Formats: sequence, C-alpha cells, structure tokens
Amino acid sequence: MSKLDKSTALALLRQMMVIRDFEETADKLCLRGKVPGGMHNSSGQEAVAVGTLSAIAKDDVIATTHRSHHHTLAKGYSAKSVMAELFTKSTGISHGRGGSMHLAEVTEGHFGGNGIVGAGVGIAMGAALGIQHIGDKKIAVGFVGDGGMNTGRTWESINMASIWKLPLIILVDNNQYAVETFVGRVTGGGDLAKRASGFGLPAYNIDGQDVLEVRKYVSEARERALAGEGPTFINALTYRYYGHNVGEKGQYRTQEEIAQWRTTQDPIDKFTEVVISSGFATQAEVEELRASVRKEIEEAVAFAESSPEPEIASITQGVDSGKLGVQL
Amino acid sequence: MTTEVKAVTPTYSEAFQSGVREEMNRNKKIFIIGTDLVERGGHFAQVKGIAQEFGLKQVRDAPISEAAMIAAGMGAAMYGCHPIVDLNFIDFSLGAMDEIINQAAKIRFMFDRPVPLVIRATSGVALGGAHHCNSLESFFAHTAGLSLAVPSTPMDVKGLIKTALRNEDPVIFLMHKKLSGIRGEIGDENYFVPFGKAKTIKAGKDAAIITYGYSAVTATKAAQALEAEGISVEVIDLRTLYPIDQDAIDAAVIKFGRVVVLDEAPLFGSITAEIAATASERNFKSLKGPIVRVGAVRAPLSANPAMSEAAIPSVDQISKAVKQVMSY
Repeated sequence: MSKLDKSTALALLRQMMVIRDFEETADKLCLRGKVPGGMHNSSGQEAVAVGTLSAIAKDDVIATTHRSHHHTLAKGYSAKSVMAELFTKSTGISHGRGGSMHLAEVTEGHFGGNGIVGAGVGIAMGAALGIQHIGDKKIAVGFVGDGGMNTGRTWESINMASIWKLPLIILVDNNQYAVETFVGRVTGGGDLAKRASGFGLPAYNIDGQDVLEVRKYVSEARERALAGEGPTFINALTYRYYGHNVGEKGQYRTQEEIAQWRTTQDPIDKFTEVVISSGFATQAEVEELRASVRKEIEEAVAFAESSPEPEIASITQGVDSGKLGVQL
Repeated sequence: MTTEVKAVTPTYSEAFQSGVREEMNRNKKIFIIGTDLVERGGHFAQVKGIAQEFGLKQVRDAPISEAAMIAAGMGAAMYGCHPIVDLNFIDFSLGAMDEIINQAAKIRFMFDRPVPLVIRATSGVALGGAHHCNSLESFFAHTAGLSLAVPSTPMDVKGLIKTALRNEDPVIFLMHKKLSGIRGEIGDENYFVPFGKAKTIKAGKDAAIITYGYSAVTATKAAQALEAEGISVEVIDLRTLYPIDQDAIDAAVIKFGRVVVLDEAPLFGSITAEIAATASERNFKSLKGPIVRVGAVRAPLSANPAMSEAAIPSVDQISKAVKQVMSY
C-alpha cells in the first residue's frame, strides 16, 4: 500500500466522522421512536469499517452483520439512504423492507447486513465462490463479530473458503461483547487468530482502533486473494461505546472500562493526531471537516423524515419472480 | 426366433442427469455442490458421470457442511451463478435451515435480488429410519420465497429441473428415494414442465385423489383396485407444491365433490391440511361431504420395516378413504 497522502488521510478521517455522527444522531432518534425495531450503534468501531472498505475496490463484495451501519457508510452509501432505511422509508437503501439490520445493494456488491449471527461470512464465502467460478478479479469480505466466532456456520464457511482457495477476507469486527457476554468468557483457547490458523489460512490479530493498520492488513489480504492464494482471517480488536442495542443499560462492564477506551483508544482521536502531526490539516481544518459532516447528517435526517413510507399494497410483490409457472 | 429389441428408457435419476447436462451445456454458470458427487455420482446416481464430463469446477465435492454448502450456493447465486446444491437427503437440510429459510428465501423481498439456487435432495419414506426418511415439504412450502418441486416420473423430473434452471427463484427439488430406479420416457431438450401445473395421471368419473411424489404410485394402485369394485377414481399428481395448481384442485372439487388428499407426511400441519382447508373455503358447496386426508402417523419413522410401512398410507387405507367419500 502506497504512503498515506493528504487527500486519502482526510477522506479516511471524514468517513470515520460521518459514521460517528450518524450513529450518535440515529441513536437519539431511535430513542424517540424513529427507528422501528431499534438499532445497533457502532460508535467506537469506525476504524474497522473505514480501514477495510478503503482498502478494497468499489465493486468488491461485502456481507455483514446486525451491526452494519458503519460498513455500509464506509462502502460509500450516503447517510441519506442509510438513515432513510433506518426509518424504514421507501427511499432507504433497501426500500424500507430491510431496516437497520438489512442494509444492502446487491448489484453493487453490498450483499447485506444480517439478523443472524455469523450468516454474513457464509454469504460472502458464496460470493467469493461465484467470483472464482466466473473468473472475475474481485474479492469478498465477510464481516463477523466476536459472537459469530462461536457459531458453527462461520467455521464451516471458513473451512470451505480455505479448501477451495476462495478470494475471501474474514474480518472479525471484534467489539469484545456478544450482547452482554465478554468474548474471553466464552471463547475456548482465547486466541481467535490461532483458532483460525488451524483451518490452514493466514490469520492475524490486529489493532482495530488504528485505521491504517486495518487498511494495511486488508490490502495485503486482498492482494493475496486476487493472486489466487485464498482467504485471510483478520481479527480486529475494537470496542463499542454504547450498548448492544439502543437504550440498553447493562451492568456487564464498568463505566471506567468504557471511559478508558474512549479516552485512550478512540479511533477518530488517534487518527486526527496522525492527520495533524503529518501536516495534512490544522486543528481548525479538522473542526471544519466536523462541521461539514454535521451538516451532512442533518440533511440525512431531514431526508429520512420527509421521505414517503413504502407502498403497503406492494407487500406481496417481489417475493418471487412469478415466472416458474410460465410455460417455456 | 426373433427378439424385439426395445430401447431401455431412462431412470428417474438419469432423467435428472439428462436435464442438468442439457442446461449445463448451455449455461456455464450452473454448477453443482454436494457430497460424494464426483466419484460416486451422488447417493442415488443422480449426477453420475457429470463431473467426468464437465470437470471439477462444475461439480464440486464439498465437506459435510450443510450450512456452508447452502451459503456457498446462495452467495454464488446472488453473485450471478446458478448453483445446484445437492444434499442427497432432505433430512440434512435441517443443518442449513437458517441459510434456506432466513436467508435464501428472503433476499429477493428485502434486497430486490433474485437467488437462482436449486436445492436438490431426496425426500419421503424408504428404509433408513428416523434421520433419512422425513417428509419436510410443508416446512418449505410454508416459507414465502421458496418454490417446491416433487416429481413422480422421469418425464417430470427432467421437465421440472430444466424449468428450475431457466428461472431465477430458489427451488427445493425433492425426488422420492423409492422412485430412483423407475424408468420412463423423458422429453427432449425443449421439453419443460412449468411449476404450478398438476397432471391427471389416471382419469376417473366418481372421485378424485389429489397427491404427489411416491404417493402418486400408491394412489394409482388403489384406483386400479377400486375399478374392480366399480369405483372410478381420478388421480391428480400436483408435481409442484409451491406454486400449487389451485385451478386443478378447484376443478376436481367442483367436478367430483368427493375428494381424497394423500401424502406421506404426518397429517398435522401438512400440505394435505392446506389443500383440504383451502378447497373447503373456496368450494364448500360443491363438496358432497368432508374431504378425507390420508397421511402418516405423528411419529418419527422407525427402522423396523413393518413399523415404517405402518406409519404411512397403504393401498388399503387409500381405498377406504375413497369409499368414505363415496358414501356421502
């Protein structure tokens, strides 16, 4: 990966700011009842999403998890289309049929968030099989959380990717808590990269709060996949600042622990320091960037608020093609 | 002495091979994933010789990972391929129920993306006990987004698999294991059987048996036995359970007013319940008395041959059911 330049650095920083502002804004709107069914806030995990998505091509495939706003925004979808989907409006990325957990644009390689833990790895593995079968020069990324690391289907898919040398990256967006269960309490052996390496693929534990580190590992894994050398497993250690779902008041971790991560390991703060110390922006310019992000998110909320609801009469449309009964 | 040389017609399994071969020849995006397909040709010889003819990229032997097999097929289908996942026995689909019901079936509705995936397996009761003889068709027919083929003849196997492989919907393709070796004519490469079109396999004047799969054979035997007693029974083979040929069911109810619905699944919550309930809602006044359902007892299948036979409808039971509707 080439040396970091100014425009890339500012793009990475801005994208992380967009995610943070989006999530904290959506969280409040969710508490006001604007997000039917609730949502999962990814604040704190921005570097995993931005590091990964900035290192792959626009038409590479991703399939992800129940916590996927950050992956979707980082893939380049507008805050408007994602916010509108959270509001389940017809202008949303899934036309209001998916909601917070089912953001997708399959034609462009976003194979969807998912309500089922671990399912995204399987779908991405299948996409990688399709890529290999057709012979395209693309890769697929399957996001999974630490919770999905103890789900059988995840490892079935990792094994299949390994034996067939599929162009796949398994990216563990490891925020350390499966709802309220600490990963260390439920993970035999403890070391996820070690567990994965038993399946015969390169596997790394990396710092998920460092956007450049994530970007570097994903970029190298992508090259390996494109060269036909098969899948790579990357366990990016990160932290979520909010509860599993909006409004949760859990007793499973201390306020001190959360504060510790926020004050010393925040991915946006850490990268802002890099941007300023590299001379890519002044503090004042960073604040300008933040203000432009604020405006973008306000516009997204206004767009979502004013967007029409989906047509209820379409409820049974698009379930299937309706063409199986037609005589060929 | 002269001997008449008669061309041997293909088996039910060979009919599947024939349809798949023809479609694979015209569409390279069709490939098959499953266990023991390459050398063994599948547990029922359903794909025998295809790997040797088309190569190991088109027929992939997989590990025994049902969830990953279905995920592989689904992700590849979303990407643009048309995979066939061969599970050998539908009982094994239970390890991939999330992938089938939560994922493959719902993607088109939520994400407006077709999932052209065929899941092939055998279904129905033969010897083999509780884990190889399930009739799970009501699970799948109940699920919006899935279509379901249940052919009973070589002609229909080939015609239906070709239709499935020219369409873009996920199809569960269930072949009855006791029919694997039966022989019959098959259509040419331009012969397609549409889904949702039943076939009258024996004409009759007094009553109708509506059925599918191997039960079409037992129904025909019962109908022949009843002819000797002066009762003329029509046998209707549904061929697909979703879409279902409601027009043919309605027509039989209106024409005869005396209807038996038959399959091998436990009666409670079965397809036969669906057919009977809908028929009485739509054409109650045409009925001369209640529709009689014949199905299996509510018990797992036993390994004991006599006990297994006792669980499912016998020719005698079917004849009794017809006599009951004739008594109205």
